[in-house]
Amino acid sequence: MNYFQPEMECASREAMRALQSERLRGIVRHAYDNVPFYRESMGKKGLTPDDIQTIDDLPKLPFLVKDDLREAYPYGLLAVPRADVVRIQSTSGTTGKRVVAFYTQQDLDRWEDCCARAIVAAGGSKEDVVHVSYGYGLFTGGPGLNGGSHKLGSMTLPMSSGSTDRQIQFMCDLGSTILCCTPSYAAYLAESIVASGLRDKIALKAGIFGAEAWSEEMRRDIENTLGIKAYDIYGLTELSGPGVSFECAEQTGMHINEDCFVAEIIDPETGEVLPEGSKGELVFTAIAKYAFPMLRYRTRDICVLHRQPCSCGRTLLKMEKLMGRTDDMLIIRGVNVFPSQIETVLLQEGYSPNYQIIVDRVHHTDTFEVRVELTPEMVADTVKEISKREDALIAAMRSMLGISPKITLVAHRSIARSEGKAVRVVDKRKI
Amino acid sequence: MTINQLTVFVENGPGRLLEITETLGKASIDLRALSIADTAEFGIARIITSDHAKAVALLREAGFAVSTTPVLAVGLDDEPGALVKTLRILADAKINIEYLYAFITRRERQAYVVLRVEDNDAAALALRQGGVSVVGVEEIDKAD
Repeated sequence: MNYFQPEMECASREAMRALQSERLRGIVRHAYDNVPFYRESMGKKGLTPDDIQTIDDLPKLPFLVKDDLREAYPYGLLAVPRADVVRIQSTSGTTGKRVVAFYTQQDLDRWEDCCARAIVAAGGSKEDVVHVSYGYGLFTGGPGLNGGSHKLGSMTLPMSSGSTDRQIQFMCDLGSTILCCTPSYAAYLAESIVASGLRDKIALKAGIFGAEAWSEEMRRDIENTLGIKAYDIYGLTELSGPGVSFECAEQTGMHINEDCFVAEIIDPETGEVLPEGSKGELVFTAIAKYAFPMLRYRTRDICVLHRQPCSCGRTLLKMEKLMGRTDDMLIIRGVNVFPSQIETVLLQEGYSPNYQIIVDRVHHTDTFEVRVELTPEMVADTVKEISKREDALIAAMRSMLGISPKITLVAHRSIARSEGKAVRVVDKRKI
Repeated sequence: MTINQLTVFVENGPGRLLEITETLGKASIDLRALSIADTAEFGIARIITSDHAKAVALLREAGFAVSTTPVLAVGLDDEPGALVKTLRILADAKINIEYLYAFITRRERQAYVVLRVEDNDAAALALRQGGVSVVGVEEIDKAD
């Protein structure tokens, strides 16, 4: 059994608690001293850093929510001098909705360590050829796994997404052994590999697939098609990116990198901390990153945590597959989409705010359709004019969301107006 | 001189066109001419009716996305080659035709062509100067 950092991954509970408490004290002091936001929010609860001595004191701290991050855009939550920041990453979305995360060199090192642990847990070593087909750039997927692979000393292929033919060619020619991408792209690649008759020419043994929800059925399907083991990985930009938690060979949940992230499960209604094993909203406190501290950040992800011993030998807390969200955010092809963003675009472009989002999964790939009503004023008598409208709307959606929906124009007032809460989202994916 | 065309956005689906014609039929509105442009997802029905204002009101009420498009109607003899002259005049005047559709009437040897161009006035002028009759709504009503 191999670990990248056994001293962290297999630490005793007591040792880990001591480290977590020490790091928590440090990060709370750092955030309080350097970020007015934290000073104010703690002040409102009558707290000073001295009130937080161990991780048992964590529930005293106020929550942090995504809107706080948006309001703080761009530098509001930065906790180090700008000169100490070496990298930013960002979520998709418009400027107003974007979250920009900052990293010092140490923050990056620790993030990359977390990703390296995930690669090792998937059977990787410096002998491996790690094929990274996550997007590079602002998206954390590519840079995260790329960094982890470097840390490990594996040969790293910074493929980014797209150009499937080239992906497959490199895979065959360079002998990629570990594939990192979204599960839907993995499924698509798998189909393409089989279709081009190159199944016997690839040397893949494992895949690390994250950034979107996927079912156990989809996992088995990808594993069987490619003859690999497929591992889940979890993370979010606010908390560095992928590598907050990762799967081991047991494939029964993801180990949380507890030396960097302290997890809690809360009741999303009351905010009360729930006992281990309860289903609730996942809250993380990042205790090892300094440029962009996240104290009790509400992820809106619904999940269960458990600490049963794992056959892999890691003592790290495990989180089960996500069971949903407490808000209306959709994750489509790895991109976070809020219905409110779609509504904003429609209103900007002069459409009725009566719309419907239809998400499905066809051949393991998310399909994303927005049904939009044409107002009588928009009815043109030529296809050319209507297509122009459609294209303009797709472009506006793309610039807002980062992905393009298929737009279906429908007659005005044809989308059912329900009593009370409108059904804006029809998610047919079975995950 | 233009005539009013009903332009109706029709989602693809069984019975959509039937609904339009039923709505108009029940109100005893005649269809003079009908043409449909279609794509994979939707169609655009272009209709000349005997009572435009009433047709618009009824279809709106029935929930259709309807607009009015002013188009040109040209009277032609119903014989081979009659359209050539019209098209040549427009081509010579560098007037682009977006679409056209024709209908014949009960009146002997008389046909009409509905033309959709960018600049109705320029096209009407060129056609008149070339000796082609651009007709108004009264003549089409009479022709019935």
